[in-house]
Amino acid sequence: MKVEWNGTVYEFDKSMTVLRLLERLSVNRESHLVVVNNKLVTEDSRLEKDDEVKLIRVISGG
Amino acid sequence: MKCRVCGQAACISLKSYNTALCREDFVAFLEKRVLTTIQKYHLINETDRPIVAVSGGKDSLSLWYIMNKLGYPADGIYIDLGIEDYSSPSLTKIRNVADVLKRKVYVFPFREVFKKGIEELARTIRRPPCSACGTIKRYIMNRVCMDKGYNTLVTGHNLDDEAGALFGNILYWKDEYLWKKNLLLEGTEGHLSKKVKPLFLCSEREMAAYAILNNIDYIYEECPFSKNAKSLTYKSMLNKLEEASPGTKLQFIKGYLKQVKETERKESDFCTFCGYPTYGDMCNFCRMLERFHIDKTISFEEYDARDLDTQPEVMT
Ligand code: SF4
Ligand SMILES: [Zn+2]
Ligand SMILES: [Zn+2]
Repeated sequence: MKVEWNGTVYEFDKSMTVLRLLERLSVNRESHLVVVNNKLVTEDSRLEKDDEVKLIRVISGG
Repeated sequence: MKCRVCGQAACISLKSYNTALCREDFVAFLEKRVLTTIQKYHLINETDRPIVAVSGGKDSLSLWYIMNKLGYPADGIYIDLGIEDYSSPSLTKIRNVADVLKRKVYVFPFREVFKKGIEELARTIRRPPCSACGTIKRYIMNRVCMDKGYNTLVTGHNLDDEAGALFGNILYWKDEYLWKKNLLLEGTEGHLSKKVKPLFLCSEREMAAYAILNNIDYIYEECPFSKNAKSLTYKSMLNKLEEASPGTKLQFIKGYLKQVKETERKESDFCTFCGYPTYGDMCNFCRMLERFHIDKTISFEEYDARDLDTQPEVMT
């Protein structure tokens, strides 16, 4: 699957849960949302090979 | 995960509420919290004329959308700092929402008025950009209220903003700011508008989810001056705590609200030129205008979508 985060695209072959992906990338759950194939999903969702994943950082400064 | 309310697939889990919700139930859940906040703390009364300070970001645009949906019709005010690749895409997104809501937006064209950018202006008056910007924004937002007949300025400060600021104020024991944060700051008739923050108890994650789920297209980019903001560090530390023990931020802020007393505005004089509260004869803003030889009459550009009779395009 393709994972877009912070302007970079990461590729993963193995199917895994969203939670596992967040852990692998050391991404904080509270400051990100996960959109898979244009849909917001919960952390227990399973990511498959062809999924397009976007991690959205929700924290703003200022 | 299943939605706690209807049993369909959930799209968001909210650990601090020990729940997970589908799109529809999440939207209703968040809107209800905003409504309860407005009512419980008497933020906006029936006779008030509110205006929302919009930046193009998720919080202010979602708040603007929610208020109009909840029956608090409100226009918007945007301060266009003229920052390349940031200000004009923000304004486009604001106009898109104005079209959907059929509301008006006032725009203050900073660069046109001051004939320079915020960075150069800040350098000239020897202040950090954010400090100069803060003074100008506070002034202009109040000015639009006074000049255009709004009495309540509504801002999109969320739970994370407030918790982060409180954390910083406690960390350095900034007594002068510590007890000044509140959901409502009273105004002074004819001089200062009331200020309210209906998102005080809504997290950034919830606000971003709300925007996404309602197709509210907001600007992801940040103002380039916010990059090193300390507030980001405080927010991310709080989010580490939140991840380890959900509900921490909410408890922190609710505890604060229990302790805080209504802050009384200190008596002050009013600027002889514009009426803004100040100590002395002339307010900082008028002084700035004088220094740069700028005429003291302030005017706003207006984008009025109230008369759009065509169906607005669905936002993507
Ligand atoms: S981050 Fe940008 S918009 Fe915010 S106060 Fe600083 S200069 Fe102004
Ligand atoms: Zn549901
Ligand atoms: Zn003045």
